[in-house]
Amino acid sequence: MGAQVMGAQGHIELAGVCKSFDGFNNVVDGVNLKIPDGAYCCLLGPSGCGKTTILRMIAGHEDPTAGEILIGGENVVGLPPVARRTAMMFQSYALFPHLSVRDNIAFALRVRGLSKAERYAAADAMMRKVRLSELADRLPAQLSGGQQQRVALARAAITEPRVLLLDEPLSALDEHLRVQMRQELRQMQRELGITFVHVTHTQLEAIALADLVVVMEKGKIRQHGPARDVYASPQDRYVAEFLGGQNILDGRVQTVNGHHAIVAATTGRDIKVPLTPGVRVDAGDPIAVAVRRDDIELMRPDAVAPEGVVSLASRIRAIEYQGYFVKVMLEADSEEEFVVYVSERKFYRNPFEVGDAVLATWPVDVARLLA
Amino acid sequence: MSLRRTGVVNASGRPWTFYLLLALFVLYVLALYGPMICIYILSFQDVRGGLVFPMKGLSWHWFVDLFTQVRTGDVKGSFDRSVKLAVIVTVITVVVSFLSGLAFRRRFRGDGIVFYLMIGSLVAPGLVLSIGTGLLLTFIGVEARWYASAVGAQLSWTLPFGVLVMFAVMSRFDRAWEEAAYDLGATRWQTIRLVVVPILMPGIVAVGLFGFTLSYDEFARTLQTAGSLNTLPLEIWSMTLNVTSPSLYALGTVTTIVSFLIIGACLGTIALIQKRRASRVPAH
Repeated sequence: MGAQVMGAQGHIELAGVCKSFDGFNNVVDGVNLKIPDGAYCCLLGPSGCGKTTILRMIAGHEDPTAGEILIGGENVVGLPPVARRTAMMFQSYALFPHLSVRDNIAFALRVRGLSKAERYAAADAMMRKVRLSELADRLPAQLSGGQQQRVALARAAITEPRVLLLDEPLSALDEHLRVQMRQELRQMQRELGITFVHVTHTQLEAIALADLVVVMEKGKIRQHGPARDVYASPQDRYVAEFLGGQNILDGRVQTVNGHHAIVAATTGRDIKVPLTPGVRVDAGDPIAVAVRRDDIELMRPDAVAPEGVVSLASRIRAIEYQGYFVKVMLEADSEEEFVVYVSERKFYRNPFEVGDAVLATWPVDVARLLA
Repeated sequence: MSLRRTGVVNASGRPWTFYLLLALFVLYVLALYGPMICIYILSFQDVRGGLVFPMKGLSWHWFVDLFTQVRTGDVKGSFDRSVKLAVIVTVITVVVSFLSGLAFRRRFRGDGIVFYLMIGSLVAPGLVLSIGTGLLLTFIGVEARWYASAVGAQLSWTLPFGVLVMFAVMSRFDRAWEEAAYDLGATRWQTIRLVVVPILMPGIVAVGLFGFTLSYDEFARTLQTAGSLNTLPLEIWSMTLNVTSPSLYALGTVTTIVSFLIIGACLGTIALIQKRRASRVPAH
């Protein structure tokens, strides 16, 4: 314990971590992940993808069936949360209903045997930090959702953990508060300077908060990286669909030439797509192509598409006004919907109507082949 | 007016069904409490009093008689035994119900069987169970005693109730509270002492209340298991066979008051716990 590398205490490493509750289905299936010290990491995925189980294994509430979990370079498997110096914020906060805000926050110090005066002094200091002082004597049931979240944060932070684990921390809040508390979480993480691992199924929450987004499916990591990489450069169809904002076209590779592939889309036209390094394609392979919805430009059918631009002819199925942009839905042969986000001002300079024939165009290099 | 499209509405604005249901409710309450109230009223007669209406005079005579006359039976002794027995039964019921509540927080193999075994004895007719217990004791050569065999027989009645109440309370217990305590460094024992017991306290008091009142007036299961010394319900029963004065009614009134005092004390405790929690708000 004494030879810890200072400054990297909150570095987390998962190596080949598996978890099975019934002996044959792996809820978490061979996960390898490094979370740098002081990072804000979001584990993103639908319910049942194993993200909460990973969080609980880092926290010490579950033991992995196989693999190692290292925090600050030391294997913590089998250690209780206190010895790991982690703290967890539970989904519904799990505040003790019979204790006041002050006693809730001071709980960790109470079980460590600190005197009443000592632990109240520390709790009061913490409450000043998170602006809870005037609520010190309230019971959890007398607090709003946002206040409860702050109490939960303060209660977890008072143990001075090196890692804070948050299980769907914003899911109990309404839409408006969620955005506000999201910022508070991020600010708190900066102030404390410790590693946050945050589990969520909301992609907006993940990309707004995280330094490192980890997209999961069925116990496996599908892609991880900075928010912008994961959103703008999804590696496969699952990640593209889960993060949204992309149109996905199915087709078959016709020819491959050096830097580009020509894909025959099911919509009829050929699409030229740049090759993605690391993704091997051969003529005849079925393939999916992703194009960002805000990268597409709509043109009148008689317009001439310039060089280096792909165009698809279609018809407008529906138009939704969204405020700062307009969502235009096009008719597509495949089941996937084909949607274009046009900035509001641009759309109303020359507005389209439902039923209009259009050309959907985009520069060749913005399309991506999906694995 | 369109709101009142159903039924005939009279001048006061209430439908006739209201009065029908009100009458039904009054009859219900009368049927519940009428017999008891008759006993209480008749216990306050004077020395000329008899066992039936009309009331003859108004005095404390039969209450005094109850505590001074020996011929009415061993009221004091049986009351004493009943209270002690109820306390023993209550303590065991509370402890066992609490522990089984803890055990059933998560599912385990055979939990259904264990559960039905625990509450199954509710179904058994009390008198039969009592006779069976008596027979068993005779067979193994143990003499029936109110503080031993009767405790066992009564537990077959109070424990299932206690367990059911505890389960109802536990169903609102969030296991995340325990996990949070563990996460914050509490030992198992600290978690029980500082989190589980305080949160469940109102439920534990309710289980105790059930245990006490069920034991205090248990008759059927105690009949063959109390041994040579009577508990209060057994004493009252034997008195109905040979005492022909309103002192029997006075005894009914006194035991009812004791029951109410205990219920009141328990409800008061629950209210106090909740008030103490709530009163922390303006304290600062």
